[in-house]
Amino acid sequence: MTDYKIHLLICGGTGCKAAESDEIKKQLKHWIEEVGLEDEAQVVFTGCFGFCEKGPIVKVLPDNTFYVGVTPADAEDIVKEHLIKGRTVPRLLYKDPITNQQISDSKGMDFYKKQTRIALRNCGFINPESIDEYISRDGYAAMGKCLTEYSPEETIKEIKESGLRGRGGGGFPTGLKWEITRKSEADQKYVVCNADEGDPGAFMDRSILEGDPHSVIEAMAICGYCIGADKGLVYIRAEYPLAIERLKTALNQAREYGLLGDDILGTGFNFEIEIRLGAGAFVCGEETALIHSMEGLRGEPTFKPPFPSVSGYLGKPTNVNNVETFANIPVIINKGASWFNKIGTENSKGTKVFALAGKINNVGLIEVPMGTTLREVIYDIGGGIKDGKGFKSVQTGGPSGGCLTKDFLDTPIDYDNLLAAGSMMGSGGMIVMDEGDCMVGIAKFYLEFTLEESCGKCSPCRIGNKRLYEILEKITNGNGEEVDIERLKLLSNVIKDTSLCGLGQTSPNPVLSTILNFEDEYLAHVNEKKCPSGQCKALLKYDIIEDLCTGCTLCFRNCPVGAITGERRQPHYIDQLLCIKCGVCYEKCKFNAIKLS
Amino acid sequence: MDTILLTIDNKPVVVKKGITILEAASSTGVHIPTLCHMKLDDLNIENRPGGCRICVVEVEGRRNLAPACCTEVADGMVINSHSIRVINARQTVLELILSDHPADCLICAKSGKCDLQDMAHHLGIREIHYKGEQSTYREDTSPAIIRDVDKCIMCRRCEMMCNEVQTVGVLSAINRGFNAVVSPAFEMNLDHSVCTYCGQCVAVCPTGALTEVDQTAHVVRALSDSSKTVIVQTAPAVRAALGEEFDMDPGTLVTGKLAAALRRLGFDYVFDTDFAADLTIMEEGTEMLNRLSRFLEGDKSVKLPILTSCCPAWVKFFEHQFPQLKDIPSTARSPQQMFGSIAKTYFAEKMGIKREDLVVVSIMPCVAKKYECGRDEFKVNDNPDVDYAITTRELAGLIKLANINFSRLPNEEFDLPLGESTGAGVIFGTTGGVIEAAVRTAYELYTKKPLPKLDFNELRGMDGIRQATIDFGGFPLKIGIAHGLGNARKLLAKIESGESEFHAIEIMSCPGGCIGGGGQPYHHGNAEILKKRQMAIYQEDSNKKIRKSHENPYIIQLYEEFLGKPMSEKAHHLLHTQYFDRTSGSSH
Repeated sequence: MTDYKIHLLICGGTGCKAAESDEIKKQLKHWIEEVGLEDEAQVVFTGCFGFCEKGPIVKVLPDNTFYVGVTPADAEDIVKEHLIKGRTVPRLLYKDPITNQQISDSKGMDFYKKQTRIALRNCGFINPESIDEYISRDGYAAMGKCLTEYSPEETIKEIKESGLRGRGGGGFPTGLKWEITRKSEADQKYVVCNADEGDPGAFMDRSILEGDPHSVIEAMAICGYCIGADKGLVYIRAEYPLAIERLKTALNQAREYGLLGDDILGTGFNFEIEIRLGAGAFVCGEETALIHSMEGLRGEPTFKPPFPSVSGYLGKPTNVNNVETFANIPVIINKGASWFNKIGTENSKGTKVFALAGKINNVGLIEVPMGTTLREVIYDIGGGIKDGKGFKSVQTGGPSGGCLTKDFLDTPIDYDNLLAAGSMMGSGGMIVMDEGDCMVGIAKFYLEFTLEESCGKCSPCRIGNKRLYEILEKITNGNGEEVDIERLKLLSNVIKDTSLCGLGQTSPNPVLSTILNFEDEYLAHVNEKKCPSGQCKALLKYDIIEDLCTGCTLCFRNCPVGAITGERRQPHYIDQLLCIKCGVCYEKCKFNAIKLS
Repeated sequence: MDTILLTIDNKPVVVKKGITILEAASSTGVHIPTLCHMKLDDLNIENRPGGCRICVVEVEGRRNLAPACCTEVADGMVINSHSIRVINARQTVLELILSDHPADCLICAKSGKCDLQDMAHHLGIREIHYKGEQSTYREDTSPAIIRDVDKCIMCRRCEMMCNEVQTVGVLSAINRGFNAVVSPAFEMNLDHSVCTYCGQCVAVCPTGALTEVDQTAHVVRALSDSSKTVIVQTAPAVRAALGEEFDMDPGTLVTGKLAAALRRLGFDYVFDTDFAADLTIMEEGTEMLNRLSRFLEGDKSVKLPILTSCCPAWVKFFEHQFPQLKDIPSTARSPQQMFGSIAKTYFAEKMGIKREDLVVVSIMPCVAKKYECGRDEFKVNDNPDVDYAITTRELAGLIKLANINFSRLPNEEFDLPLGESTGAGVIFGTTGGVIEAAVRTAYELYTKKPLPKLDFNELRGMDGIRQATIDFGGFPLKIGIAHGLGNARKLLAKIESGESEFHAIEIMSCPGGCIGGGGQPYHHGNAEILKKRQMAIYQEDSNKKIRKSHENPYIIQLYEEFLGKPMSEKAHHLLHTQYFDRTSGSSH
């Protein structure tokens, strides 16, 4: 970062951009020029800082001041107070929710303290549109090292020893995959980067591509060198326009610098990368479906074997890795497998990025060493449950994962532990539920997603998930019978047992895990026609408590369907047949005369 | 040969390496039920769909069940094909499929021949535990094929035939999840698509989702109308397959019973398309010789090879996909249409019947013939040369409807004059037959010498693309043969690129030719049945007293009394046609 003394880093991720970070950048520049500091201070768009809950974020270097929840109107103060007078702007500083203390340096925040950033190392630190900034942080050093010092076999050995496993969900050992693809003989091979991130709430791949695209490009080239491919393809969904733009910019820069193309660094190694846009189908994250989509065919999986490493894109050996997996590669090469494999647990090495979402205080993107417990993630980093409510469950692994109870809070997170607990790592979605969430409703929510995203090729997934959903709907509508719970279990097990691809083989997991861990809630819905969390509208009943009703007519006037009747100054009455359970009366009543049961 | 040892249902078996569990099981006599799978080895297509999940089996050491149709065997594999877990999974999956399928079996066109119905019986389904929404779609009717999409179970066999075998590419899966269904793109109607009506989709559909347009009611109405003279022609391939509908062995010839049955159904005259096939040879053979002679004389305007034009699906295929080649095929109409044209002119005049009082019905192994007889070129004042074309299957239905005990019928002869035929006419029913018939006549006309032998074994067989060179009195006549439109496409590509040079090419759209037509009794993808039908056709040929078209006395008489000579102006008017470029969209 050249001659400037002061750097204002502003989050240029999709989330913060949606919260006007473009305008903030413009205003900061405007005020910097206004006060004549344009030669001293520069404003830089970076990738995601991760602390999305508090975005947009502006970080001032060199003193590392971390401003949260910044609006364009705050730009003037940041420039005039902080840059000119050297005083932080207290109202924009992060306040610790427990101690209520203001913290100006992000290193002092719990959100960051327990994180170890490998894949996200550059996100929020560098300008993703500048290859120089990437290079200044050891960028392309790993590629250089591989091309000039390591043979492909040695590189693969290093990756194997690092213990890195696929971060897209399957957890297959990355080095082994590379080795198999290397051993497949063919005149042409391909490296594919799977950027078809589709889990609801997950955005780690997007953030890496938006915040540090060169790390993926570098890793793909290393992979190409190892497996003997000169062609790379990034399969990315078209609804990630910013990531696509930044990736394009990065590709052009890499070509200009001779880091992509023919005879890279004079070593005789050729490698080129192309972008392929997907239409955003969840199932296209499955590698055979992804490959078919790139081939111009219907995005649906085919039976494995043959695995892509033997017969993939256009029938040629193809190594498919996820964005986050790739983002780890340069660091492993630079720091060594022995450094990397000290992080994590016995069979899960390194770190994992999670997208924290749901009823948690610090929604955002985090990266923690494997082996960190769910409690640490949810309470220390995530800041605990929103609005002081109690924790109920955490869903990992996206729609294919399971809902874990508080009994699992001290489980160290790794591939095997999550699987043993009845969930899975997945690509790193982590959604926290509080005591107000209905677990039957949650299962239904996830199933609705898989239902939409099933490709329809195999019968159990196509029809089975629909029937599961219908049974859940029946239960949440108050028409469930006890036998329905048994049917859910039986059908879920057959769908898992017979479906073609990972989508169908895991789609019943939310149903099975909620039945296993929260059967009482299912029984309450079925037997007592009651939703313990009060979330299932069809099971709610609004009544007017006669003694408390003053006959003010406020509920009568606000009811959208005319379900409330009554004379002025006389107790009112709700016609249950007409009531649509919208809850307006409940909210409007000033005398607590509406009872919810 | 590499073999491996595995265990299926507690029995050790030795099987070939590289095959699927399904193939391994079947080779050892273990039946694993399937719905979406078709055995297409004979068409050189590896079919490992893995979509319906009915064929799942338990493989020791595997987390989930394995689809037998696409899982390759491995050394030491231990397979259980009928464990409780497997049976429960199969029953549940089938219940799911049935839960999204109309239960109108009693009145379904496929009732009794439905693979889904059989499967429900086989797996003992007595109750559907998972009821719910059923998908509904618009019905799509075309001149030849009806798509009752509600009955589609997404097995995608039709897609396999349409895309991989025929390379027509009309049918494929659209939409996602529960809404996924097989359809032309953008849910277009079949008659707006490039569909050739070859009917191979109908031939493989396990349910009533794809059926032919049933015209038996029209035929019954015509037969009961005393003001009409109703005559019938029956295509060569019908006699080699109809018996299957009455539980006879595949390959049983039922020519005599067929004539008897048609007579008992009330047709006034029972004729034979084979007669028209002989006529086709006269016209097409002459056209071929004309083109060939002019070509050999150095006439640069002559286009070779000449392509056969008997198959309506093939005609529609090149009109859509290779319109630049539309000048190459013979202009000769198909036997069905030649018959209709001669019946409504020569025969009608001879019998003193007015054109509008004569109804021509044809019995065809084909669904595209329904479309062909509706083409405008084959109508006079809106009156079609052929009024109704019904399939072998529809005829079987009519025979059953009329309480005719088919197997006990006597053997009867066709009526004259349009019922007399030669062995050359008969072999039109199989791949290689049309060109062999043409060679028999063209050889003698060209060399002015009798053929030393009539059986051209070099033209016979089941390979998708075949080629042979016939010595035409010193001139090597290069012949190409393709059956299945995918093979036809390959052959056409070779011609276009100049890679292959042929003088004459025979193309039939359906695998096996007309014996494997979309209107034939369902053979469920079993190519053995096709081979038996083919043998029956050649048997009929060798039984015939006359085996060369130009020796058919009634053909000779037809030319003497009416047409003059082959390719005469009258013949041109009545027996030849033209082709259209259909790339601009309209398929009519």
